Amino acid sequence: MAWDGTSRKLSPKQMDALGEAGNIGAGNASIALSQMVGKKVRLSAPKASLLPLASVSGLAGGPEVNVAGVYMRIKGDCPGSILLLLEKEGALSLADGMITPGMSGADDMAVRRSALEETGSILSGAYLNSLGELTGLFFKPSVPGFAMDMAGAILEHVLVDVAEFEDHVLVVETDFKISGQLIRGHLVLFPDLGTLGAILERLGVPFE
Amino acid sequence: MSDVESVSIAEIKVSNDSGILASYGLGSCIAVAMYDPLKKVGGLAHIMLPESRGTDSEETPGKFADIAVSRLVEELVRLGARRNGLRCKIAGGSKMFDIPSDNQRAANSPHTHIGARNVERVRRELERLRIPLVGEDTGGNFGRSVKFDTSTGEVEVKSIYHGLASI
Repeated sequence: MAWDGTSRKLSPKQMDALGEAGNIGAGNASIALSQMVGKKVRLSAPKASLLPLASVSGLAGGPEVNVAGVYMRIKGDCPGSILLLLEKEGALSLADGMITPGMSGADDMAVRRSALEETGSILSGAYLNSLGELTGLFFKPSVPGFAMDMAGAILEHVLVDVAEFEDHVLVVETDFKISGQLIRGHLVLFPDLGTLGAILERLGVPFE
Repeated sequence: MSDVESVSIAEIKVSNDSGILASYGLGSCIAVAMYDPLKKVGGLAHIMLPESRGTDSEETPGKFADIAVSRLVEELVRLGARRNGLRCKIAGGSKMFDIPSDNQRAANSPHTHIGARNVERVRRELERLRIPLVGEDTGGNFGRSVKFDTSTGEVEVKSIYHGLASI
């Protein structure tokens, strides 16, 4: 079960293939988000990188940045985690845009929270669906968990799930922006390194 | 006041020149701040999980409570701290999400989240090493940042929802 440190030996070709898989997933996710909010969504090119544990808490611009996080554990052929991070202000305005005015308790944080959980679910679902189509593997996201707090505290929770046996984690990151609104988000896929071989094989770049 | 040095996840840092050590955005992790008030030597470990079970790595010396606490003691003693003059304060160990963790070690005891198990394991380690725990701000469901003045032993804890506190 223990990973023998091979995590640091991913080739540039493998990293590129993971980035490209992320590109297809993120493209599909942005279409889903765009349909949901009725606005254009702009994406950055996804980037795959292998990070030491110590630098993970800085993924969203710094460990103390106040963010909304929607977290899902992924089960199936290749377990992992997927996390949507939104800056707090942007998250609240995104949620308010989804809530019909006059809806009972519309100013209630619980309603905003479920709107954001839904956003995370739809984005991650679209992302994982296309990853599944691309690889022929089965990815099943858990129900979403929600927190609004320091980014570092949220990312630590993900590390407990993905980096128990590792001293590095693999992240595939995409930034997105909803046009006309100051909403910036960060979608991060954390494949478990121990089962990464199956994805790499399907992407045509197996471990030697 | 000297510069603040950051202690990230799974790291241990020590200082004998009145340094300020900080861990930002702690969730289920624990910041273990240990010091000898007489010799003015102090160190901070940013611990992530309770037990190493053979998966310890030199690259992440502060990752596991069962190893990191005694490792911190050794580094402090090497810097001139008195083994029997050490005190300790801890912060962190919260539960950030309501969904159950998939972590195997956490799943073994489904009623206790990983943050609480980190706190429990650090306490047990401190008892074993006979180091008094003189301050604590743990638990809850929110993130914390910690600043530790190694010369005075003062630990400042900051959170978005509860502001500043000193332990």
